[in-house]
Amino acid sequence: MEQPVIALRGATASLGSRPVLRGVDLTVRRGEVVALLGANGSGKSTAVRSIVGQVPLTGGELELFGTPRRRFRDWARVGYVPQRTTAASGVPATVREVVSAGRLARTKLGPARRADKEAVVKALELVGMADRLKDPVDALSGGQHQRVLIARALAGEPELLIMDEPMAGVDLASQEVLASALREEVARGATVLLVLHELGPLEPLIDRAVVLRDGCVVHDGPPPEAVGQHALPGHDHVHPHADPAAEPLRTGLLS
Amino acid sequence: MDILELAFMQRALLAALLVGVTAPAIGIYLVQRRQALMGDGIGHVALTGVGLGFLLNTSPVWVATAVCVVGAVVMELIRSYGRARGDIALAMLFYGGMAGGVMLMSLSPGGSNANLTTYLFGSIATVSQEDIVAICLLAAFVIVTTIGLRKQLFAICQDEEFARVTGLPVRLLNLLVAVTAAVTVTVAMRVVGLLLVSALMVIPVAASQQIARSFATTFAMAVAVGVLVTLSGTVTSYYVDVPSGATIVLMAIGVFVVLTLLATPLARKRADRTAAEERCTLDGAEAGAPADDVRV
Repeated sequence: MEQPVIALRGATASLGSRPVLRGVDLTVRRGEVVALLGANGSGKSTAVRSIVGQVPLTGGELELFGTPRRRFRDWARVGYVPQRTTAASGVPATVREVVSAGRLARTKLGPARRADKEAVVKALELVGMADRLKDPVDALSGGQHQRVLIARALAGEPELLIMDEPMAGVDLASQEVLASALREEVARGATVLLVLHELGPLEPLIDRAVVLRDGCVVHDGPPPEAVGQHALPGHDHVHPHADPAAEPLRTGLLS
Repeated sequence: MDILELAFMQRALLAALLVGVTAPAIGIYLVQRRQALMGDGIGHVALTGVGLGFLLNTSPVWVATAVCVVGAVVMELIRSYGRARGDIALAMLFYGGMAGGVMLMSLSPGGSNANLTTYLFGSIATVSQEDIVAICLLAAFVIVTTIGLRKQLFAICQDEEFARVTGLPVRLLNLLVAVTAAVTVTVAMRVVGLLLVSALMVIPVAASQQIARSFATTFAMAVAVGVLVTLSGTVTSYYVDVPSGATIVLMAIGVFVVLTLLATPLARKRADRTAAEERCTLDGAEAGAPADDVRV
């Protein structure tokens, strides 16, 4: 049988002294689109950040493309979209400059060639931002900024796309654009693992949902059916009980 | 142009030019990752190197370079592994470096507070032939690094976590930024002085980001501003007999103020141009979905 793209077995991880993952098993096979769901603090972000090596595992095993994480060097095969931070960078940068950083997965320390420049433009076309190449990123709305970060991950032409809350604070129009970009990537044969707060417009694309609660997998199977008000199109999930310091309220109002 | 015929002024202008290029070139990366005051910290540590140079009776530039590099690497390690108490560790390093310099200087036979002042505030007219060779070599290293690896350094300073996932050798590049900043401090030490080094790393960048819209333009403009103020400051200090370091820094602040005042009308002009292209219309809904509809 073919090697899974991601194989996480019995993973444990802590942030400070608090255990955040308490034995997580997660397998993603080639061509699958897997959503990682769960409430705030359930460990879903920590799970993906440990997969991309940003949070050390304290126990368990992780293999990427059949290679143990420790020996995995082929990062050009992975495209990563970190959780968007609203903090503006000190120095201005254009959309093209930010997206070009994604191409470094392939060029590494070498110079950018024509194919690299074309890949950057192509990635921006995919998210509908090709006309904003020369605009400074701090002039973009939240949704447009998120599209740029996704283009940055796509610029490296990855086989596996890992996205941490790509829909957080993103307006409906941008959500639709992102869904169609993702659909094209999936059609091309990409494997996708994404952290979501709710399924939203991505629902039809998702093959499997893994739900975390308190650092443990409580569901692994078909995406849960949305019920009640959650099922309404355009419903925006605002958690009044969420710790406001831990996560901004998603009112849908963009800055 | 009798000023160009004097050997000490030729050296001074060459040193000023190299500082004008190198300080903003590395400074832009420090500003981008919000480490604008790192140059200042390295400047404090450099003083121990200068004192050591005097004590050992060798070239203060090379000894200061070695000490700065060690100090900058320690600062980078504190930054990357550091927890909440990182600021305390940095304070120890800064003031330890400063105190060590003063102490070593007073212990060395040829050292005096007058020598100390030339390093603290710069003394461009006393740049020796030996100094200028060192400055040229060190500046060449800074220029090759900051321009040759600009895409990689941009990536690690803009979003370090993302850069690590692209497989770039981020730890190595971070150390390279720290080492390059340390080298720049010793390049600039004779021209603007250790206490004012950081100003030339930060102010030209801050000035050009008022009006630039891309990283590449900010970089080019910052270097242009750096060269403009170091050369004109050096020439001014020759004719008016004022200290070079202070003149250069005050001029840089002047450029910052002018560009900041220019920024507002410029931004308005750009906004007008954009507005002329995309006028609001009532039939916008039929023309296509707006880019950012707001849901409530």
